[in-house]
Amino acid sequence: MLLNIFNSVPIQHYIFLSAVLFSIGVLGVLFRRNAIIMFMSIELMLNAVNLLLVAFSTYHNDASGQVFVFFVMAVAAAEVAVGLAILVTIFRNVHSVDIDELKSLRH
Amino acid sequence: MTITLACFYFLSAVAILLGLMTVLTKNPVHSVLYLIGCFFSIAGHYLLLNAQFLAVVHIIVYAGAIMVLFLSTLMLMNLNEETEQHKPAIAKISAVIAAGLLGLVLVAVLHRAEAMAIPGTQDVSIGSIKNLGRILLDEYLFPFEFVSILLLSAMIGAVLLTKREPVNTTVS
Amino acid sequence: MTYLLLIILTPFIGFLINALFGKKLPKTVSGIIGSGAIFVSFLLSSIYFLGFLKGTQAPIDVDVYKWIALPDFTITFGLLLDQLSVTWLMVVTGIGFLIHVYSMSYMHDDEKFNVFFAYLNLFIFFMLLLVLGNNYLVTFIGWEGVGLCSYLLIGFWFKNQSYNDAAKKAFVMNRIGDLGFLLGMFLLLYNFKSLHFGTLQTAIAAAPVQHGLMIAITLLLFVGAMGKSAQLPLYTWLPDAMAGPTPVSALIHAATMVTAGIYMIARSNFLYALAPETLQFVAIIGVATALFAATIGLMQNDIKKVLAYSTVSQLGLMFMALGLGAYNSAVFHVVTHAFFKACLFLGSGSVIHALHGEQDIRNMGGLRKYMPITFWTFLISSLAISGIFPFSGFFSKDEILAAAFEHNKVLWVIASIASLMTAFYMFRLVFLTFTGEFRGTAEQKHHLHESPALITFPLVVLALLAAVGGVMGMPEVFGVDHYLKNFLSPIFAGSTHIGEHGAHHLDHATEWALMGGAFLGAVLSIGYAYMKYVSGKALPAKEGEEKGLGKVVYNKYYVDEIYNLLVVKPIMLFSQVFHDLIDRTLVDGLVNRSGKVSLMVGAQVRKLQSGYIGFYLLAMVVSIIAMFSYVFLMR
Repeated sequence: MLLNIFNSVPIQHYIFLSAVLFSIGVLGVLFRRNAIIMFMSIELMLNAVNLLLVAFSTYHNDASGQVFVFFVMAVAAAEVAVGLAILVTIFRNVHSVDIDELKSLRH
Repeated sequence: MTITLACFYFLSAVAILLGLMTVLTKNPVHSVLYLIGCFFSIAGHYLLLNAQFLAVVHIIVYAGAIMVLFLSTLMLMNLNEETEQHKPAIAKISAVIAAGLLGLVLVAVLHRAEAMAIPGTQDVSIGSIKNLGRILLDEYLFPFEFVSILLLSAMIGAVLLTKREPVNTTVS
Repeated sequence: MTYLLLIILTPFIGFLINALFGKKLPKTVSGIIGSGAIFVSFLLSSIYFLGFLKGTQAPIDVDVYKWIALPDFTITFGLLLDQLSVTWLMVVTGIGFLIHVYSMSYMHDDEKFNVFFAYLNLFIFFMLLLVLGNNYLVTFIGWEGVGLCSYLLIGFWFKNQSYNDAAKKAFVMNRIGDLGFLLGMFLLLYNFKSLHFGTLQTAIAAAPVQHGLMIAITLLLFVGAMGKSAQLPLYTWLPDAMAGPTPVSALIHAATMVTAGIYMIARSNFLYALAPETLQFVAIIGVATALFAATIGLMQNDIKKVLAYSTVSQLGLMFMALGLGAYNSAVFHVVTHAFFKACLFLGSGSVIHALHGEQDIRNMGGLRKYMPITFWTFLISSLAISGIFPFSGFFSKDEILAAAFEHNKVLWVIASIASLMTAFYMFRLVFLTFTGEFRGTAEQKHHLHESPALITFPLVVLALLAAVGGVMGMPEVFGVDHYLKNFLSPIFAGSTHIGEHGAHHLDHATEWALMGGAFLGAVLSIGYAYMKYVSGKALPAKEGEEKGLGKVVYNKYYVDEIYNLLVVKPIMLFSQVFHDLIDRTLVDGLVNRSGKVSLMVGAQVRKLQSGYIGFYLLAMVVSIIAMFSYVFLMR
């Protein structure tokens, strides 16, 4: 139904967009002290990758890319569940999710 | 400037802007909401790319499940704007520089790649449910089943991790 | 060849047995093993000696095994048995055996009895190696080894610090001489690519050698001899070496080790033949030492010290003979000196033993009544050393003096004066020790008795040899063959153009005159001593009462003190500087500093493990950037 997108949007644009979103995700990971926000930034990074995967899948006419995205989403969901469970446990003990507070593993 | 290109630019701008807002805003709850918006724009991208199934699944799983989970955890910890601490300035600057460099490098690396010719005929139904379903259960059956086990273990893990130890009350 | 090796190895085996098992063996057995080993060597040496005498034995030059094999040169561990080495073999093993027997009684009460015999055997082993080596390196091994044994034996009673110092002094002074020896060997090796005596002899005879090089080599080798044989200026260790037990003094410092220098020069006669300047130097040093030591001996009051200075003096005479080219005479005097000096030392040991350690002659006297055998043997040997006809010392000393007269009248005068002094101080010793009234304590007088048979037997044998030993070297005027000279002629064949025609060129009248003059001089000296100490009953001054020149001579011309000031103290200062400045500050500082650096670096690197998750994440991102840029962009 829809026109082939790549007649109008060159692949480089998608690459660029994905890179920028990824960098923003990295910025979020490094910039914030709240562990939950960091988690969300990681989700953003994953999404950037997903986007690129889908773009290439359409570009090459190969469904494997989309299947891969499917699995990435499943894994991301699992990861978020477990990760947040861990964070909650930490919060119960330390009463804070500030990552600068969690520095017992030092020399 | 075709309509698709314009759509693309619009959606990209929204995604980038919302992504930045996610990272930079002080209120964690706002952060979550911005991220949901970002996800919606990415779903829009998926639609542009003929991946209908993925777009819908994306919204259901991410915006519907994961973000809700984040939100509920946030509320559980009762976090809001005042409790947020800030990193020292040097850390922030180095973070910005690092992220920027990373973006630069990625762009440079991928830019060098030679553009490949667009294949002739495009099969637009590549992202349809029927097609994806067939491929999933045909070529990728094994990983598909494994993902179910993964989700099961994640569930068990999450429950176990957050289980409170029973407190032994000694009745003298 | 096996017998030759056996000669050397039996003392070594004796050493091993006594060193490893001696503590468990009873003392007699230990002593018998030690003496027996030397006796075996003596028997084998005698067989060879008789063979040489009869003419049935030819010199043996055999390589036992190849030791250093380099492209430039090869040095083997080899043995050489010829007339010269067999002469020394007889002296070393014969007198060595007698002294071992003597020690069985003398060291009887010592707890380290077996150690003593082990060291003695080891010493004989090294001395035999020295004498039997067929190249300079094997000789040098023996050279160093006897120096080591000398150190071990001088410091035998190591609980006394001054004995240890004496041992150290002996070793260090020997070492200074050894440096000269080594340098001489290096020059030889470098220029002739061999240290083997035979090879060197043919090489030097074949091609003309640079004169300066010859002088350098011979001079350096003589420096080694100066150290080992206690010549000026490296003689001060010998009197101090009297700290060792008397058998040690008799064996090492009278008969064997100190003659190693003379052996070495006699062996190297083909080198010295090409360097007459060095020979001149050797003669001068020899005669100067002879006179110098004789003057010191005039005033000494320790019975062993007198004998020590006498040894130095006699060695000086031997070197003078070598320097004049009279090699035969020097060897002759070595042999006769071994006889009477060993006898004298052993006799003094007998006296010391009887007096339970007393060594000062001012506290002796009148021992003739109590120790007749000791007295008579001591007297005979003293007559021999003073050069009284017909004892052996007369002939050997006369030969040397004749050679001196023939070549250099000045040397003859000085040597004669030294001989007169020798006669005087020897008989001063005899009279003060054995005649008159006993001046010791009543306690000592009560215990005075003649020494047991094991002590007196060697004394008698040596005295006999000292008495009749002259027959091996009668001068021409008596019409008898000079046996020793004929025996040793093959050794010195090449070098006789320097000297040795002295005995032929002096006409008989002069010879008789010289002999008569020397004899008369000796008799007069003895008479003067008699007058002073027997008739006049003079006594040497008590400690601290010497005056004027006598005081200077009594204190050995303060040579030891001068050495201490000029040499020892600067070296100590030097070593102190090195210790404080270089060792402490530099070396220790360097090591400590590097340790500190290590710690500092570690402390800095440790900061990476901060525990901050944010920092870890930043590090991860930076490394990813670096990796990506390297892998994808920089290729």
